Amino acid sequence: MIRKKKCVAMLLAGGQGSRLFALTNNIAKPAVSFGGKYRIIDFPLSNCVNSGIDTVGVLTQYQPLVLNDYIGNGQPWDLDRSFGGVHILSPYQGKTSSDWYKGTANAIYQNIHFIKQFNPDFVLILSGDHIYKMNYSQMINYHILNNADCTIAAINVKKEDASRFGILNTKDDGTIYEFEEKPKNPKSTLASMGIYVFSAEKLYKYLEEDNLDASSC
Amino acid sequence: MKAVGIIFSNIHDNNVPELARIRTLGSIPFGGRYRLIDFPLSNMVNSGIDTVGIITKNNYQSLMDHVGSGKDWDLARKDGGVILLPPYGELNNNTLYNTRLEALKGITNFLFRADEDYVVMTDCDAVLRINYAEILEYHVRNHADITLVYKKRKAAPGELNETTFDLGKNNRIIGVNYKKELGSEEENIFTNIFIMKRTLLQNIVMDSISHNKNHFMAEVIASNLKSLNIYGYEHKGFYAGISSFQAYYDSNLALLDEKNRHELFGDRSVFTKIRDSAPTKYGNSSLIKNSFIADGCEIYGEVENSIIFRNVKVGRGTKIKNSIVMQDTVLGENCTIDCIVVDKNVTITDRKTLSGSSNHPFYLGKGIMI
Repeated sequence: MIRKKKCVAMLLAGGQGSRLFALTNNIAKPAVSFGGKYRIIDFPLSNCVNSGIDTVGVLTQYQPLVLNDYIGNGQPWDLDRSFGGVHILSPYQGKTSSDWYKGTANAIYQNIHFIKQFNPDFVLILSGDHIYKMNYSQMINYHILNNADCTIAAINVKKEDASRFGILNTKDDGTIYEFEEKPKNPKSTLASMGIYVFSAEKLYKYLEEDNLDASSC
Repeated sequence: MKAVGIIFSNIHDNNVPELARIRTLGSIPFGGRYRLIDFPLSNMVNSGIDTVGIITKNNYQSLMDHVGSGKDWDLARKDGGVILLPPYGELNNNTLYNTRLEALKGITNFLFRADEDYVVMTDCDAVLRINYAEILEYHVRNHADITLVYKKRKAAPGELNETTFDLGKNNRIIGVNYKKELGSEEENIFTNIFIMKRTLLQNIVMDSISHNKNHFMAEVIASNLKSLNIYGYEHKGFYAGISSFQAYYDSNLALLDEKNRHELFGDRSVFTKIRDSAPTKYGNSSLIKNSFIADGCEIYGEVENSIIFRNVKVGRGTKIKNSIVMQDTVLGENCTIDCIVVDKNVTITDRKTLSGSSNHPFYLGKGIMI
């Protein structure tokens, strides 16, 4: 019996959050205070714990000091586990290449060893700047039920707002046949929430291919 | 895994009165760096159980000291984790419990407050590696109400009577022989591991309070074989039952066998309290054969077929054979010990010769000086 995790969550928390202007002058967007006693990252982190996911990698890049300090060893979220728990993943210097995270896919790719050490069946990719309550275990069950390679969480938005979002065009059974980023004439109102469940092996395969493709980021 | 664990730390103290006089059965040192409770606790953690109640009765200081916050088992949790359940006396009836069922009556609050669907109950008298998640799967597949784990084996030397099962089709238990006198043939001997729905255990406990039942095996299991689906689950790997002092001695030395060692430790961790002692120093004059030696020792003598715990000092010219030497014991120079169980903190001064026999090991109590 080799120790493994069913699911590892990767929480993207490195974005600059330039649209928040002064709020993110000195701290990363996920560390911005919210709702009296929280910071934004509390919501996705708590969702993970409440969904039974106890292994979370937090990818930081922009102004990480306050965020790192806030997460600490993860004890407030019961994420101070001896196998698993919360890990801060910052960009690092490597023997052959040293890079900042160039986009989300690259950030996950640079930390593929972190994921692989837990030998997970699924990888959940989350954003650190969303405020919502969601049970990811239901989403993972849906992913398994459909025998999917990737499942994307979506939310119905108003028709007039749809052109501000990444829109998923789906068939009747929910299969996505097209993704349109901020379409002028949206075909549907199903907006991607930026929450992805991947079957781990597929994710590794596509990330490795993507890394060879210089045009992608 | 949706189960809560309950460990009875005291229930077989009488099996090894020498060792349990000053501690619970669960806190008896075992195998070089462990205590008996490490095995059920680690099995639970490795099976995904993260709420464990430890039922105690008396002499549980050593147990509290060992388990602490539960951090070494990754059981220092915000919600759940390890919970020590000391005996619970009624205001006007200040007596301690005597049986398993009475002990359970004292933890009704713990049982009702848990939100897991299942309960895994185990004692500390069995040293084994087992995956409770697999047993739970088996339990659900059989539509069982209660699953009891047994080991098909012969009686150990000095083991007189145990609970055995008669099995019917698909391992359904059709007969319980309570404290059966063991002969020379193999029997399905109970390992004191139970799995059932938490609500069922609650009902059993509430029912036994109102009907004044006190005996789990006789009054709950044996008398309900027809009305409940009770199945047996065979444990196939290494098993050492601490049923007597002789069995304690034999099971320790059994770990030196490569096959047993692999089956018990294998590729899974057995967690224990970390002591952060320095690596063991083997002097030039030392000679070690077929032994377990924990960290923190200083060894200048000869050790053969023995289990040496942490921070033991063995002087020049001293020979240790077929013995179990617990932590912080000091042996002087030119001593010989053979077939001895030495408890903690014992001092044996120079040129002493002590010998038991492999079928009658001798015991040196905690803290004595010879």
